[in-house]
Amino acid sequence: MVSAATELASRASRSKEASAGGYLTIRNVGKTYDADGTCVEALKNCSIDVKAGAFVAIVGPSGCGKSTLLNMIAGFDTVSSGEIYMDGRLVAAPDLPPQPGPDRVVVFQNGALFPWKTVLENVSYGPVRQKVLTRKQAKKRAIDLLRQCGGLDAVAGSYPAQLSSGMQRRVEVVRALINEPKVLLLDEPFRAMDTVSKTTMHQHLLEMYRICRKTIVFITHDLEEAIYLADTVIVMTTRPGTIKHIISVTLQRPRLPKMLFSHDYLELKRQAAESVHAEARKAFDRGEREQA
Amino acid sequence: MSRINWRGAASVAGFVLLWELLVRFGGGRFEGIPTLAEVLRAFGDKYLTNAQYWQSWIVSFERVGYGFVASQLLGIPLGLLLGTRKIFHEVVYPVVELLRPIPPLAWVPLSILFWPTTELSIIFITFIGPFFIIVINVHDGVRNIRKEHLWLARSLGARPRYIFRRIILPSLIPSIAVGMTLGIAVTWNVVIAAEMIASDVGLGRLTWEGYVSHTATTVIVGMISIGLAGYLSTLAVAYAEKKLMPWRK
Amino acid sequence: MPNRRFWMMWFGYLGAAGLWYASVKWLPIASFRRLPDPFTVITEWLSPNPKYGISIFTHPYYLHILHSTYRAIAAFLLATLLGVPLGICMGWSRHFHRYANSLLGLLRPVPPLAWVPLAILIFSGTESAVIFVTFLVAFFATTLNTVAGVTSIEPDYFRASACLGASRKDILFDVIIPGAMPNIFTGLQIAMGAAWFSLAAGEMIAAQYGLGFLIMESYNLIQFPTIVIAMATLGIVGFLSSALIRMLGNRLMRWREQSLGFAG
Repeated sequence: MVSAATELASRASRSKEASAGGYLTIRNVGKTYDADGTCVEALKNCSIDVKAGAFVAIVGPSGCGKSTLLNMIAGFDTVSSGEIYMDGRLVAAPDLPPQPGPDRVVVFQNGALFPWKTVLENVSYGPVRQKVLTRKQAKKRAIDLLRQCGGLDAVAGSYPAQLSSGMQRRVEVVRALINEPKVLLLDEPFRAMDTVSKTTMHQHLLEMYRICRKTIVFITHDLEEAIYLADTVIVMTTRPGTIKHIISVTLQRPRLPKMLFSHDYLELKRQAAESVHAEARKAFDRGEREQA
Repeated sequence: MSRINWRGAASVAGFVLLWELLVRFGGGRFEGIPTLAEVLRAFGDKYLTNAQYWQSWIVSFERVGYGFVASQLLGIPLGLLLGTRKIFHEVVYPVVELLRPIPPLAWVPLSILFWPTTELSIIFITFIGPFFIIVINVHDGVRNIRKEHLWLARSLGARPRYIFRRIILPSLIPSIAVGMTLGIAVTWNVVIAAEMIASDVGLGRLTWEGYVSHTATTVIVGMISIGLAGYLSTLAVAYAEKKLMPWRK
Repeated sequence: MPNRRFWMMWFGYLGAAGLWYASVKWLPIASFRRLPDPFTVITEWLSPNPKYGISIFTHPYYLHILHSTYRAIAAFLLATLLGVPLGICMGWSRHFHRYANSLLGLLRPVPPLAWVPLAILIFSGTESAVIFVTFLVAFFATTLNTVAGVTSIEPDYFRASACLGASRKDILFDVIIPGAMPNIFTGLQIAMGAAWFSLAAGEMIAAQYGLGFLIMESYNLIQFPTIVIAMATLGIVGFLSSALIRMLGNRLMRWREQSLGFAG
């Protein structure tokens, strides 16, 4: 994972465009679903500024709309109100049709590696489809990246179902990174993993971030994970979701596991926990369910 | 206030329109075919008040009823045995697999030879189609019961009969529902053909007689009646399904 | 050394044959006597000079098989060529689904065999009529399973391909077709089986040549062992064609094989 990121970083610093990469402005975004006549307001007046290269975590109780917000940013769905800008360019508005793209790639909760394609085909998918590289070039670059990510090239010919979930996630991150996105969106990517695998993935992710400094928006329900990984933790209220609390994580980088026991960390955790639990209780009383 | 399916209504209207156009301008092929209007008129004149017509309904429904119910009464236990008793499975399942691909209608001549009355032979044909379907569905359903549920029950001290009644049977309800739904459709298909071949009453026979006497109107009335009857049966099965599985959305 | 399952299976076959034989020869029910017994059928089937003219050594036997197979394949191919694309459109686009579903729902309850008389009138000839009716059955099964296949694809795969830069055409070939394949193949197997059922019936009602026709003819000519031969042949051919499709499916979906094996 380390040298892969190095390679990306050096390429990034060479290209002009990427230097202005990934500044997100989310302004008063709201989302209302209207199925069969019943209006459900999922998001209301969300405003966030994400600086280029920042690592932002979004936490909140079940059903607060974190995934909905991510879908807005990624361009999978239209916003009902408000706007989203990336690097000054309007990417989401009420009358704008949704435009997902390789500048904002998503890593999904339950994993969305195509089961019918091999690891290699999955990773080389993006550049080939965007016609940025020929198939041969894409495959070569994919192999290189996979190799650098802890020898994943050994499983290049395997199908996703044959890999452990940790490896699958890593492959999915490589699949995202090969497109050199401006923003990397992660939707509770480690949710279904056991603690040990999760910890390993955290280290991988932190290393990658340390070297290539991409803007990362990381959705999770796990407070500890959020504080450990991010620079900023954004707490959302229960439905209709809005920004309740923005916590700056003052821990130094590089983040090390021993920091989990430091006084600062525990203090941050206490702050965030109070905030989130109040919302969680409200959500629980209302019988909220996670958006599947 | 429910939403009306405008698009659906549009396509149905389009179909009727196409029908009209084909009959009027389609040329030789479609000459003898009546339009929807003519069919409806003929229905009103000749069939609506005709006791014999409604008698056909009853006759066909009876056959479907007997055949279908018999297939479920015999098929469900057989499926259960096949799924639960290993030796039974090893001996009987190959025979079932061998007989299953034989089309129900292929049994007609044998059935006529075998059963003393025509009625019984038709009911037998009606029985075969859904019989194999429900056997397979129940058998697969038993196979798919999560072992963990059975182990849990046994470790909690449940006796075999209890496990059977309270765990196996309820787990099978979805499979039985699917088997019944598939079975009823096949049953109607089969009863119609069986009637065409080997009977003198019933909706299938009605349709066939229309064909033989070159009365296309009768043929279409027959087809629509059969379709309606089949649809009603499917509704009945779906209703039963909903009652048996209220937890399904 | 064949294992227990093997012996049990043959025990079952023998048992069934024995039951058949016993019921024909020994049960005191008159109507049973008219049935042919297993020995007669088997000797007839395998005899180079059969009493009623049909055995594995006679030419007409294969003629009938060929006719039936040709009709089944023709109907099946037509149903697949029309049903799969239609199913994909219906599964992919909600609008299209609303248009088509009502129409299909209207036509579907009519048992395919009820179409036989009308089909004969329209197609002016039994051959096309029989193929048409067989086609209908296969068509509905294929379309419905294809729709189920497309709608069962996890939405995340669509999203993933979208953010990786796929066009609509790419989504069709990269996500929809591979994703729906398992269901499509299940549908094709069901369609093949249903096609044979429908074909047999159609041939019995209204055709020249073919296994279904052979059944009726043997019945009318009081050649009872031939009835059973034709029935058994129908069963075998039907089974083989479904098995072929299943094997083809397994080939095309190697990725599934791998995952099932791993999880096991």
